[in-house]
Amino acid sequence: MSEAVQLRRRLLLLTPLGVAAAGGVAFLAMLRGMQSGNFDPRGVPSPLVGRRIPDFSLPAQPPDGVGFGSADLLAAGRPVLVNFFASWCVPCVLEAPVLMQLKEAGVPIWGVAYKDQPDAAAQFLRANGDPYARLARDEPGRVAIDFGVYGVPESYFVDRSGIVRWRWAGGLSADTVSQELQPLLRKYA
Amino acid sequence: MIPELGHFALALACALAAAQGAVSLFGAQANQPRMIAAAPALAVGQLIALAGAFGALVWSSVVDDFSVLNVAENSHSLKPLLYKITGTWGNHEGSILLWCLILALCGGVVAAFGRELPSALRARVIGVLGATSAGFLLFALTESNPFIRLWPPPADGRDMNPLLQDPGLAFHPPILYAGYVGFAIPFAFAVAALLEGRIDAAWGRWVRPWALGSWCLLSGGIALGSWWAYYELGWGGYWFWDPVENASLLPWLTGTALLHSAIVVEKREALKVWTVLLAIGTFSLSLSGTFLVRSGILNSVHAFANDPARGVFILGLLALVIGTALALFALRAPVLAPSGLFSPISREGALVLNNIFLCSIAAVVLTGTTYPLFAQLLAGAQISVGPPFFEATVFPLAVPLFAAMSIGPVLSWKRAALAPALMRLWWVALVALVVGLSAAWGFRALPPLAFGAAAWLILGAFADIVGRVRLFRLPLGASRSRAAGLPLAAWGAAIGHAGLGVTVAGIAGMSLASHAIVALKPGQSTPLAGYTWTLEELHDADGPNYMARVAIIEVARGGRHVITLTPSRRSFPVQRTTVTDAAIHTNLLFDLYAVLGEERDGTAVLRLHVNPLAPWIWLGALVMAIGGGLSLADRRLRVGAPARRPLAVPA
Repeated sequence: MSEAVQLRRRLLLLTPLGVAAAGGVAFLAMLRGMQSGNFDPRGVPSPLVGRRIPDFSLPAQPPDGVGFGSADLLAAGRPVLVNFFASWCVPCVLEAPVLMQLKEAGVPIWGVAYKDQPDAAAQFLRANGDPYARLARDEPGRVAIDFGVYGVPESYFVDRSGIVRWRWAGGLSADTVSQELQPLLRKYA
Repeated sequence: MIPELGHFALALACALAAAQGAVSLFGAQANQPRMIAAAPALAVGQLIALAGAFGALVWSSVVDDFSVLNVAENSHSLKPLLYKITGTWGNHEGSILLWCLILALCGGVVAAFGRELPSALRARVIGVLGATSAGFLLFALTESNPFIRLWPPPADGRDMNPLLQDPGLAFHPPILYAGYVGFAIPFAFAVAALLEGRIDAAWGRWVRPWALGSWCLLSGGIALGSWWAYYELGWGGYWFWDPVENASLLPWLTGTALLHSAIVVEKREALKVWTVLLAIGTFSLSLSGTFLVRSGILNSVHAFANDPARGVFILGLLALVIGTALALFALRAPVLAPSGLFSPISREGALVLNNIFLCSIAAVVLTGTTYPLFAQLLAGAQISVGPPFFEATVFPLAVPLFAAMSIGPVLSWKRAALAPALMRLWWVALVALVVGLSAAWGFRALPPLAFGAAAWLILGAFADIVGRVRLFRLPLGASRSRAAGLPLAAWGAAIGHAGLGVTVAGIAGMSLASHAIVALKPGQSTPLAGYTWTLEELHDADGPNYMARVAIIEVARGGRHVITLTPSRRSFPVQRTTVTDAAIHTNLLFDLYAVLGEERDGTAVLRLHVNPLAPWIWLGALVMAIGGGLSLADRRLRVGAPARRPLAVPA
């Protein structure tokens, strides 16, 4: 065998080690990222987290008579949990008691009735409790598209400067609240 | 007291494993006969100590000792006894302990059955297994100790995830782990061969039974997991290309390649470097699969309580085990010079082709599984790679693999001609074509192709045997006595290949499955796939540690009653979880499958499926494992027979 062929053979036999080492370094970086919280392989990704809320203005949803928009969220002066819900959604019923507990704990929750009749949504709130400090309705669902809503229920935690800090697709549970939302509430209070 | 004994036994096992690694490897390297002779005893000692530790954990769970943290977190006094026992390995700490126990078992098995091996080789194999064990036992002791006490003990435990309280899943982990960890033996043989600097036909003959045994168990474990997903998760599917499923598929693919390339080493003394790499790669993939599941990097139903700190420890261990083996490979593989010439059209040529396709499939699956992680890490992009990617990439690679699977066995070693071999398969091709065409309704290409491939595989598997017994060419009696004289390995290979054909037929059938999601009030009915499904009633029922809501569904065809299905939803109050319990009726040709969903205002949401040939998917895996077992039975009879070869290339 000539020297060049032998060298090539040596290099070829080194490739498995190289590939494995690269993989190992990458996984180490992922684990470090998971520990520091800037790498999360789970969760439905939201491009909105870390960005400002989209500009919007929504009409009122009874029993609240005003509605709200992005300007109101900025003017709130404190972090707000924006919750998209609908009367036709079964997980929203399951989520309702968790939201009521949050309300009792003093967390401001602003609700958006998503693709819903105003009467049906009002009836839903009478039946399952009304945890919302402000209410608006998004009947055509356009603002939900701007937010990147995946499905109802879905919640966005917006800090006082209007930056989305956290998003949860699906119903909130007591565990989610204690493990994910409470630390954020403390951090951005 | 018992948990402390278990803790002590675990520490003892760790010390013995370290001694097993150090004494055996050093003894073999320094040629110290007494150290070499100590290797089997140390391996058996480690096995006994670890069995004691495992027994102590099972005992603590059975007697509801909630002062043991692991039992308190994963068990409950009302849990049925079976799940108290199997629950020991249903959690992170216990499953690591089981994993180590199986690794120790591998060392014990080599010690007990490896008497024909040259003693230095045996010491090296046992040493490599011991060193690996020591690392993982150290992990068990420091990072995931199952014997940690909890004081004061709680009144009752937190119960096990209800999804895991199922007989299929109770036995899925031990079988799967036995398959995963069993590949440690070929790995140890590969590292030992690299240390010795020589590989010969005898090496291939020793490695193959271990690879075959692990492969059978891994096939069974994967099938059991897939079956569990089918009936317990209630999604009506059998394979989701879930990252953890892929993590178990990868060693299976490379293990299958190893099985075949070891034949070439044994018969032709070629492909040595490649076979060693496959042996190292297969176990590395098994290890990485375990690591990925536990670190929480992969998102899946299998997620254990995950902790990145633990992940870093395991990653370090992996780097040590895999890195050492691959560095040794890069250093020593050049001395394993190939001997024997190769002709592309020959049995070994077909086996190389099989290796290429199997490893390409493995590479594609590996890429698809890890690509989202790397994309997120390097580019910050959030993407997901789903079934469409795997289906689009794996199927085109599977078609030539299937084609070669039937042609390979009818080719002869060294040099063969393609045309006569294909002539021997004409009837197989004809039947496959007919089966494929008869399945060709509609405009979909996949079902006819898959049905044709299934027929080609099943019949092609037996074409070699038909040729060898000269069926229909000799009188039937003469053929029968020839068949009886065939080595079991020939039958094993044929049955193994046919098993894959059965699985492919099942997959083909499932591609024709129909399903419907309907909302019915009691008394209402709906048609699906020629059946009338009537919701008769809904009622409550109590289980040992759950409450159930049961639906009674009458299925009829043409007015005649077929079967009553009773799917249910079970809510487990301790864990506050609800699981669906699908009702499945099978007649081996198709499954009638019903799931009870949410209820509202007296209307229940039902998901109904008719799955043609679904049971064949798992039946095929069973047939494959039986084929492997037959082959193994044959080898055991012949293993001692051939004489050892002299040194080929001294190191």
